Amino acid sequence: MADLVSQAKELLDSGAVQVIIGYAAGTNGTRRPHVARSAAQAACLVFDEGCVQNLASYLVKPEVKRFGKAAILARTATARAALQLMAERQIADGSVRILVEAGDSVAVLDSAEALEAHLALQAEGISAKDRELLERLRAMTHAERWAFWQKELARCVKCYACRNSCPMCYCERCTMDCNRPQWVPVPSHAVGNLEYHTVRAMHLAGRCVECGECGRACPVGIPVHLMTFHAEDSVRRQFGSEAGRTAKLDYALSTFKPDDKETFIR
Amino acid sequence: MNERFEPKITAFVCNWCTYAGADLTGTSRIKYASNVRIIRVPCTGRIDFMLILKAFERGSDGVIVSGCHPNDCHYTSGNYHARRRWMVFKEQLEFMGVDTDRITFSWVSAAEGAKWAELVNDVTAKIRALGPHEAFHALAGQGIN
Repeated sequence: MADLVSQAKELLDSGAVQVIIGYAAGTNGTRRPHVARSAAQAACLVFDEGCVQNLASYLVKPEVKRFGKAAILARTATARAALQLMAERQIADGSVRILVEAGDSVAVLDSAEALEAHLALQAEGISAKDRELLERLRAMTHAERWAFWQKELARCVKCYACRNSCPMCYCERCTMDCNRPQWVPVPSHAVGNLEYHTVRAMHLAGRCVECGECGRACPVGIPVHLMTFHAEDSVRRQFGSEAGRTAKLDYALSTFKPDDKETFIR
Repeated sequence: MNERFEPKITAFVCNWCTYAGADLTGTSRIKYASNVRIIRVPCTGRIDFMLILKAFERGSDGVIVSGCHPNDCHYTSGNYHARRRWMVFKEQLEFMGVDTDRITFSWVSAAEGAKWAELVNDVTAKIRALGPHEAFHALAGQGIN
């Protein structure tokens, strides 16, 4: 990625964008988010295999929007998130430059159409490891799955890192923060934890871009991303729509077809 | 004395079809199980999935969700939206290991008083056989982690 820094500097210097959301070297070879607002700040940008975090959640934050026009370094999941945010009218088409890997440099995608064309060539988002875990869980009996999730969710400390790291969880007032009525108890409690994670998955069904950021953000290592992956799978299988593939997507749960097929309503 | 387990069943029904249907059951003098607690909502589209979870949390052993048949919604499309939501919600609950046999979804029109009685009787018998919803109620009884 030799040309990244020079390309970034050019974008900032020419005034095409006012801020670049990307990655810089962190400690112990890790990569951390880095926001560059000047050519000097762009000097330490990196973009390699270690850059796994989905940065798209920054795109909808008012404090980042205030900087002006943004560019963002994007792997497939981030690009899908950006496209889904455009579909949900959270960022305007053309207001963000998406920088995707293209050989030794980055390609600049500046429209939903370009993003769609780019994403059409990308493979499925879920890693083989997560796919295997999902299949293993689905093969279990009800009781085993119940035991599995109870054991996992018992560790949940309700820090909401999964919600806050998610690019699609941008509501200014989340159901979880409502106290009239208080749907879900605030402290970590067995029922509340189950409810919270069910709500999160349901609110992301048909909107999850399968980046797995929630699972990476979890400080106690609960595979919370499997729940949203399952919800997204469920929508894809039953309604044939997929989040983050087109900017003209109707939210699966706010639309319907008169001939939706189910087998359980008597 | 050998007391029979009487399940608590919460029914979320829409105002325009199933509630009127249940009313018809009564005015037709059809007897049915008294285990059901009916909660009337404007439309099946109003039935947030959280209501179902809350019913279990507050002690229900079974839940019935019922509304107008497709194409009969008073608000044109509320039941279509609800159907999609249930299709995803049911799969999600199954993935979380929640016993979805305890939730019954149904369409009961205002003219189907007999169907309502049959539905309630069937569900009551089924939940009675399944026993109390221990797994969920045990959670509710737990303290703060």
